Amino acid sequence: MLATAVLGAPTPIPSPTIEYGQLAPMLLVFGAAIVGVLVEAFTPKYLRKSIQMPITVLSLIGAFALTVWEGFQGVRNAAAMGAVAVDGPSLFIWGAILLLAVVSVLLINDDDQFVAQAAAVPGSAEEDQAISQGGAHTEIYPLVLFAVGGMMLFPASNDLLIMFVALEVMSLPLYLLCGLARRRRLLSQEAAMKYFLLGAFSSAFFLYGTALLYGFAGTVDLGGIEKALGTVGGQDSLLYMGAGMLGVGLLFKIGAAPFQAWKPDVYQGAPTPITALMASGTLIAAFGALLRVFWVALGNLDAQWTPVLWAVAILTMVVGAILAITQTDIKRMLAYSSIAHTGFLLTAVVATGKEAQNAGALAGILFYLVAYGFATVGAFAVVTMIRDAGGEAGHLSRWAGLGKRSPVLAGIFALFLLAFAGIPLTSGFFGKYAVFAAAVAGGAVQLVIVGVVTSAMAAFFYVRVIVLMFFSDPAPEGPTIAVPSMGTAAVVTVSAAATVVLGVFPQPVLDLAHTAAQSLFVR
Amino acid sequence: MEPAEIVQHSGGVIGVSWLTIVLPLLGAAILLLGGRRSDRWGHFLGVAMSLASFVVAALVFFELLGLGADQRRRLVQLYEFLPAGTVDVKLGLLLDPLSISFALLITGVGSLIHIYSIGYMAHDPDRRRFFAYLNLFVAAMLLLVLSDNYLGLYIGWEGVGLASYLLIGFWQHKPSAAAAAKKAFVVNRVGDMGLALGIFVIFTTFGTLSFGPIFSHASQASQGTLTLIGLALLVGACGKSAQLPLQSWLLDAMEGPTPVSALIHAATMVTAGVYLVVRSGAIFEGAPTAQLVVTIVGVATLLAGAIIGTAKDDIKKALAGSTMSQIGYMMLAAGLGPVGYAFAIAHLIAHGFFKASMFLGAGSVMHAMNDEVDMRKYGGLASVMKITWITFGLGYLAIIGFPLLSGYWTKDGIIETAMEHNAILGWLAVAGAGITGFYMSRVFFMTFHGERRWDKDAHPHESPAVMTWPLIILSIGSVFGGAFLIAGNRFMEFLAPAVGRPEEMPSFQPFSLTGLVTLALVAVGVVYAWLKYGRSAVPAVAPRGSFLTVFARRDLYGDALNEALFMRPGQWLTRLAVFFDNRGVDGLVNGLAALIGGTSGRLRRVQTGFVRSYALSIFFGAALLVGAWFVVGNL
Repeated sequence: MLATAVLGAPTPIPSPTIEYGQLAPMLLVFGAAIVGVLVEAFTPKYLRKSIQMPITVLSLIGAFALTVWEGFQGVRNAAAMGAVAVDGPSLFIWGAILLLAVVSVLLINDDDQFVAQAAAVPGSAEEDQAISQGGAHTEIYPLVLFAVGGMMLFPASNDLLIMFVALEVMSLPLYLLCGLARRRRLLSQEAAMKYFLLGAFSSAFFLYGTALLYGFAGTVDLGGIEKALGTVGGQDSLLYMGAGMLGVGLLFKIGAAPFQAWKPDVYQGAPTPITALMASGTLIAAFGALLRVFWVALGNLDAQWTPVLWAVAILTMVVGAILAITQTDIKRMLAYSSIAHTGFLLTAVVATGKEAQNAGALAGILFYLVAYGFATVGAFAVVTMIRDAGGEAGHLSRWAGLGKRSPVLAGIFALFLLAFAGIPLTSGFFGKYAVFAAAVAGGAVQLVIVGVVTSAMAAFFYVRVIVLMFFSDPAPEGPTIAVPSMGTAAVVTVSAAATVVLGVFPQPVLDLAHTAAQSLFVR
Repeated sequence: MEPAEIVQHSGGVIGVSWLTIVLPLLGAAILLLGGRRSDRWGHFLGVAMSLASFVVAALVFFELLGLGADQRRRLVQLYEFLPAGTVDVKLGLLLDPLSISFALLITGVGSLIHIYSIGYMAHDPDRRRFFAYLNLFVAAMLLLVLSDNYLGLYIGWEGVGLASYLLIGFWQHKPSAAAAAKKAFVVNRVGDMGLALGIFVIFTTFGTLSFGPIFSHASQASQGTLTLIGLALLVGACGKSAQLPLQSWLLDAMEGPTPVSALIHAATMVTAGVYLVVRSGAIFEGAPTAQLVVTIVGVATLLAGAIIGTAKDDIKKALAGSTMSQIGYMMLAAGLGPVGYAFAIAHLIAHGFFKASMFLGAGSVMHAMNDEVDMRKYGGLASVMKITWITFGLGYLAIIGFPLLSGYWTKDGIIETAMEHNAILGWLAVAGAGITGFYMSRVFFMTFHGERRWDKDAHPHESPAVMTWPLIILSIGSVFGGAFLIAGNRFMEFLAPAVGRPEEMPSFQPFSLTGLVTLALVAVGVVYAWLKYGRSAVPAVAPRGSFLTVFARRDLYGDALNEALFMRPGQWLTRLAVFFDNRGVDGLVNGLAALIGGTSGRLRRVQTGFVRSYALSIFFGAALLVGAWFVVGNL
């Protein structure tokens, strides 16, 4: 009574409205992840894998179906009080990530990719015991689901704090997963440690940038920051510092130079199925978030960030292409190739600075991401099949003459390499064509020239592997070619088919990307 | 009148007309990939695929006939490569009277040649491979004529080049065959370059490669552009059709097995150039200069071929000369506009029959004479090879234009049209007909009549039925084909929707002055040949002959000319280029590669593996980025 008199009637806190229907794909993935954790807690060890695997795959497929359904509904809304943008690009990216996640999970499901008992010291008696008992960490399934959920939220977040949370939800499980390789465990643990430290470092940049932007605009809402750009004056230092640091955090995640150093080490050390997931899913998610921040929140600031991203794009392409040339490990080479591709993608981001409403560039980027995603998952899947006594035969010299011993596998790998190089009638050609055409349309002709020159350099190291596989004599005690499990075989087949189909009949997916990009980002 | 509109088509046999191309292609693939396993039944598969393709083509033909005349241009869209933006690359098939006429000729005569080859190649260990190449040849040629755009045409064009290379050099253990194949390929490359350039100009001018839009907009392009395109296409046509100055490969191409010669000369390959010119009629009609050049090339080749034919003792080479000459007639007609088109194609079809019949007849003779090709060692074969004699004879009468046989109708049409167009062209064509009468009679008499000049171990005999039946069918075509096509302007009416209707339909005049003069000249040629080669003895070794004879025997010094003009300067050029490549280009390239490799090796050391240095690089990178932002922001 007294309190009421003193404080007045309590102002009711409005309960937030949340459009559960529109967020359903994400909620399903997160829900399945939580169920997975419960399964770990309450079911006997021998049952877990046979429960986890269906939960994971079914939830991902279900989420994909929900995404498709939303796509048909034409949902375009800033859901959950404006915090999560469910629009064309989000839905397209969700669909792509979910498909690639399903494919990656089939790889992850393969036995003997993951450590038997992570807590056992490498090389110890405990480890031997765990291996002999057939130990396996089924926690990887819920971890992957959490990571995928984070990947979905990251590009869809419509305010910077949600985006930060999504970034962490996506990254933390990946840090863990990177350290779980069954072989070369020290390398794997080192990779995880590096990824974690550097990731945390870059997250700090991201968060500090968010704080400074909040200081500038008084809001963390992307649309709000866009509005503030026109009205707030005299706070340019805050704005530039904030935007720059935010950019550092995002560029780190896509692996643009000079923030690319983690990529080769982590891609090499991580279990290959996880590398496949990161190289496809994380890249797509991070590009989505980058586009949303630069095109929505900072869209009117393009005169400032265009030159900066120009330099980053050029540096990224050059560093990726040049360093890939002297790599001797197949996974490191693919990591540098991924850096080069990041640079190619950035050309389209930069070119649309002038005219942020350019749906064509967005569609090109989306198509490129899907094409690259499938080729890269397929390539890493092939990598898992070429084995030595100590695990995967990573060193390129071990791949010599593979074409004579296993022509089909080498042929498929050559297909992926040609797609990376952007040869016509593979998916890579249209991806590259789309982003470079967008860049030219946006007036970044010089950037495209650099892109084409670095593409030529990149073609060298892709074709070198093909030459190595088909025109060199096999090593006397060459690697064994593992008989692929059903899952791996399916992954290779699906990826190869996608690479060819997107190269020969790109139109349906191009149309889809155009439709998705048509309405651009919801504010 | 303009050609009819092209209509999108779906369903029916026309909807699956791609089967005509796919079936022989599939045959080639199976036979090539199947390896020795398919040796036993390979030739039957090859024949079956070719026949099936013919059946599909025939069904399409009848379905087209069922449509109204102005509805007979059907487009079957197969594949769009890149529909976005200004780049428009589609693959489709255009089924119209022109393309279906070619398709029927290719598959029909082609199938007969396939059947004949079963017998002719019976003792060859590589018969399966031979049939695979034949199938490939047919498929490529069909793609060439059925495509609705220049890209598909070009793919078929190159496919034909490849298949001819493989077939001419089929007996590659013979150095002469390998060299002939290489020569055909290289000479054709020159022509292909012309075609490619023409296609490039077309694409930059019209922004598309599809026939429909190009031809409907052709009148809007400048005459200069159209002339350029026309001349470039003509270079391509000269290469494939062995017209001057790219004729030199054709005579050497006789190194291939005889059925191949028949296929190249009668049904495929050399007809491609005529097809290209007729198909691109809308372009040539806008470029009178290019048309004039076409007619000049045609007349020059028809005379050159005929002259070469008079001096050859090798039966196949004499026939090859006659092919050059007859294709020259077609080119001449193709350069005369819509009136000429129908005659060109009609002559092409008639020629397909009588030339196939004669080539296969020559093959039958060679088969009987232990693969002897020198006509000076033939003679008097009429009595031992009755069927070959009659069928070859009918083909011979058709080609010289014996009244009422095929050649009479079609060739006379060309001569009359040329005469109306330009008297000089007309009289030269008449002269060519006279020479034809002489050299074809020479071939006929030297082979089948006169005394027997056989080698001692020759035991000529009639060929097996699998070889004679195709001859009989072909000779029926060479007798009645011309009358069927030309009488009552039947073919002209049929072709009109595709190539346009001439303003005035020609009426066939059996007793025009030109016709009578032509007949008289032909008769003189025949009689002279009879006196020289039929009645009197033929020396076993060719006499030295006059200057003119040597001139003709050496293919008009075409090879010597090529050698002096192109080969030697070309060799010098390549040596120069190699020199520059080794010293200049390679130095640059290797230097560049070393530079990049060195940079890569040095940059690699930055990747130390220490997380602290990575973090430091991120820190400096961030400082640079934010700093740059400030700089740009305050500009």
